[in-house]
Amino acid sequence: MRRLLRKQEVWLALLTLTLGVGIGLVNPAFWSLANIFDLCKSSTVMGLFALGVLVVLVSGGIDVSFAAVGAFSMYVTSKVLLALGFQGSAALAFLLAGAIGLSLGLFNTLFIAFFRLPTLIVTLGSASLFRGLLLAFIGTTIVNNLPEGMVRFSKLTLWERTAAGGTPVGLSASFVLFVLAAVLVGFLLQRTMLGRGIYAMGGSPVAAERAGFRIRRQQLFIYGLVGLLSGVAGLVHACMMRNANPFDLAGLELNVIAAVVLGGASVTGGRGTVLGTVLGVLLIVTISNSLILLDIPSYWQKVVTGLVILVSTGITARTSGRRIHGVGLC
Amino acid sequence: MAQEYVAANHISKSFGGVAALRDVSLALRQGEIRCLVGVNGSGKSTLIKIIAGALRPDTGTITVGGRPFAHLEPIEAIRQGIQVIYQDFSLFPNLAVAENLALNTELERGVRLVNWRRVRRIATEAMEKLGRDLDLGKTVGELSVADKQLVAIAKALLQNAKVLIMDEPTTALTHKEVRTLFEIVQELKHRGLAILFVGHKLQEVLEISDTITVLRNGQKVAEGEVSQFTHGDLVRHMTGRPLPDRPSEEVSEKWHGHPAREALWHRHPADDSWAGREPPTRNSALGTPSPCHDEPASPTASEAITSVADAVLKVTDLTRRDAFEHISFEVRAGEILGVTGLLGSGRTELARSLFGLEPADSGRIEMGGQAIRMRTVQDAVRAGIAYVPEDRLTEGIFAEQSIERNIAISSLSSLAGPAGWIRPALLRRMVGQWIADLRIQAASARMPVANLSGGNQQKVVLGRWLATQAKILILNGPTVGIDVGAKSEVHEKIREQARKGMAVLLISDDLPELVEVCHRILVMHRGRIVKDVPADGCDEDRLAAELGRLE
Repeated sequence: MRRLLRKQEVWLALLTLTLGVGIGLVNPAFWSLANIFDLCKSSTVMGLFALGVLVVLVSGGIDVSFAAVGAFSMYVTSKVLLALGFQGSAALAFLLAGAIGLSLGLFNTLFIAFFRLPTLIVTLGSASLFRGLLLAFIGTTIVNNLPEGMVRFSKLTLWERTAAGGTPVGLSASFVLFVLAAVLVGFLLQRTMLGRGIYAMGGSPVAAERAGFRIRRQQLFIYGLVGLLSGVAGLVHACMMRNANPFDLAGLELNVIAAVVLGGASVTGGRGTVLGTVLGVLLIVTISNSLILLDIPSYWQKVVTGLVILVSTGITARTSGRRIHGVGLC
Repeated sequence: MAQEYVAANHISKSFGGVAALRDVSLALRQGEIRCLVGVNGSGKSTLIKIIAGALRPDTGTITVGGRPFAHLEPIEAIRQGIQVIYQDFSLFPNLAVAENLALNTELERGVRLVNWRRVRRIATEAMEKLGRDLDLGKTVGELSVADKQLVAIAKALLQNAKVLIMDEPTTALTHKEVRTLFEIVQELKHRGLAILFVGHKLQEVLEISDTITVLRNGQKVAEGEVSQFTHGDLVRHMTGRPLPDRPSEEVSEKWHGHPAREALWHRHPADDSWAGREPPTRNSALGTPSPCHDEPASPTASEAITSVADAVLKVTDLTRRDAFEHISFEVRAGEILGVTGLLGSGRTELARSLFGLEPADSGRIEMGGQAIRMRTVQDAVRAGIAYVPEDRLTEGIFAEQSIERNIAISSLSSLAGPAGWIRPALLRRMVGQWIADLRIQAASARMPVANLSGGNQQKVVLGRWLATQAKILILNGPTVGIDVGAKSEVHEKIREQARKGMAVLLISDDLPELVEVCHRILVMHRGRIVKDVPADGCDEDRLAAELGRLE
């Protein structure tokens, strides 16, 4: 039980629930099916990015280029499919966006794994590079008429219900992508040797190398995966917005990293879980969503999000610090 | 006699033209504990790395189980059962004990998926093999150093270790933990493992080993059964000069009586490079020509404390909750007061509160008869207290900064001109003096401290605080992890400062050190002073017995 209470996930879940109950008391619309579905839909893009960031943080690195990768992938995909007059399913769009994201991620790995540059520097640089190339060579105008398949995907819902007012509500199909990605990343991290190798290199790169993990190969995988997930996340974003805006997704980096850290991942590597990350994303999305329900101006969202991050990570830092101190004394 | 399992034959290795090992041979036999000793830089770690396959020798071969290898690859070494436990243990602090234990086995198996049940089973078996108990679900980062070591040993055994090489395994352990470790090592020996123990705490080396090999300057200078060596022998072999505090006629007699070992004793010109260095006389108050050879056997025997009268520091009824209580003692000018006790006895906390780091809750601290408010480090420094902390890496040095800056940092105000600017010439002179005086071995004062050996780093920290011209010097484990040569130099420096009238508080685990250096020793237990022993007539066995009784 005590071990359970130490876990960040438990605190996060309690905090999110308390928040939900509180908001529900003020505005019962919070617990309506429509709002719940909306929350799920809103967490999808952030969640997909967050899963990639989780893997990077666990490995002891950091990636701040994922938002740029997402924007690049979705804008190029939209442009290309439009130019080709593509009418088919969104699956191809996702494949294309994923492939673009993957190659941009591998571009990062080139510098990280083979030139051994610090991950923060590499991804700061490449973020700027990707954005610049996108605007300079691909375009600066917003694409408002997305390819047919993407529009269809954005309207696709599962598990249709009729809400109290008689309007039909449904769970956005994109949410399935998030769930699928979460399950896969969870399996990867918990059940595969590759995943344990990622934890190992986050805990002690020297020991990981001595134990026989292939660090470069793992990095190739990690940054490739972040790229892939970011490409997909970018495309989901475009579908939801029903347009492709090359200026979009900027400034999302810190929120996503904050959500992952809030979920218990350590910026120094070696710690973090999918469950925690999902809860962290849910909490942040709930806060911004409910502030709208509570009629609070949107700039307060930033203030509250900031406070939640500071307080909750502050609490974990203090309790873990005290724990270490306690061990030292007795 | 036990069977030889691993042998290094005529190994030579140089790095960039500098010879690290010259024609060294070493054999490890099953059921035998061999100790490899030598000062820092003598080639110990190079030799270990070559046996582990991590480095390739320039010439020479490694024979494992009768099979010669010109190039032993690390993976081959592991397959042959050679396991090295490095000082950092190569564990993953963020993973559970069970996973740390099983990871290598799983990796070797080449599986892609983790079977957590199997991980647990492997880990349970590993701990059973060792006959010890640990919470397998606990994260390794939360374990004590001793438990981490246990995990590292269990991990090595899992991989069918036939040879276990341990690199300075006792450095961070308490007395009690060292005892446990020795029990385990003995057990492994009886199971037929060949064990190579790399160490520099000679008392421990003499206790644990069956055979000893001494390296100096990359050459084997002595080798033999443990019974052939005394403490003094080892020091002499390691440093090429006798131990300062124990002018050992009996040692040399014994030595000359062993013609067989004469053959193993290679003299070479480099031998005298250390002993022959001119000691600094400028700063020596008594004008002693050498810090080593003219030293009396025990400081109490001939060195009367300079002034009988005044207590420089008087502590009355000092208490800090959960750390120590009702601590009263005095230190006089010129006195070296030892403080010892098991881990958790409150000795470090006491030192920290005397230096204002963790202020006491109640009690009086007087200096020169005046009560002092000791709430911050600034209070302590102003009052003339200097503190050399326990863990120099995290608390003592600015690793990336130069030697010069590290030494000067606490006495900047005395180096400043009227406008508050630092006067570079003064700074360089002051730093240069301390580097010479402490015999810090460095190419330049601008070199980052991180590049120095442990002993020299410690001298830098010592130099910083001596430069403040403090009245009281508090040293916490000043010679932990540094080699014998540097150790005796540090001891000499401490004595010299005391002779000049400084009061010294020496906190240490190292009983021989306490007995040798101190005038009086306080034993702490559970936050209280339980014994006040004059060092005169006290030997380490008595002190050890005293400490043993507390457990």
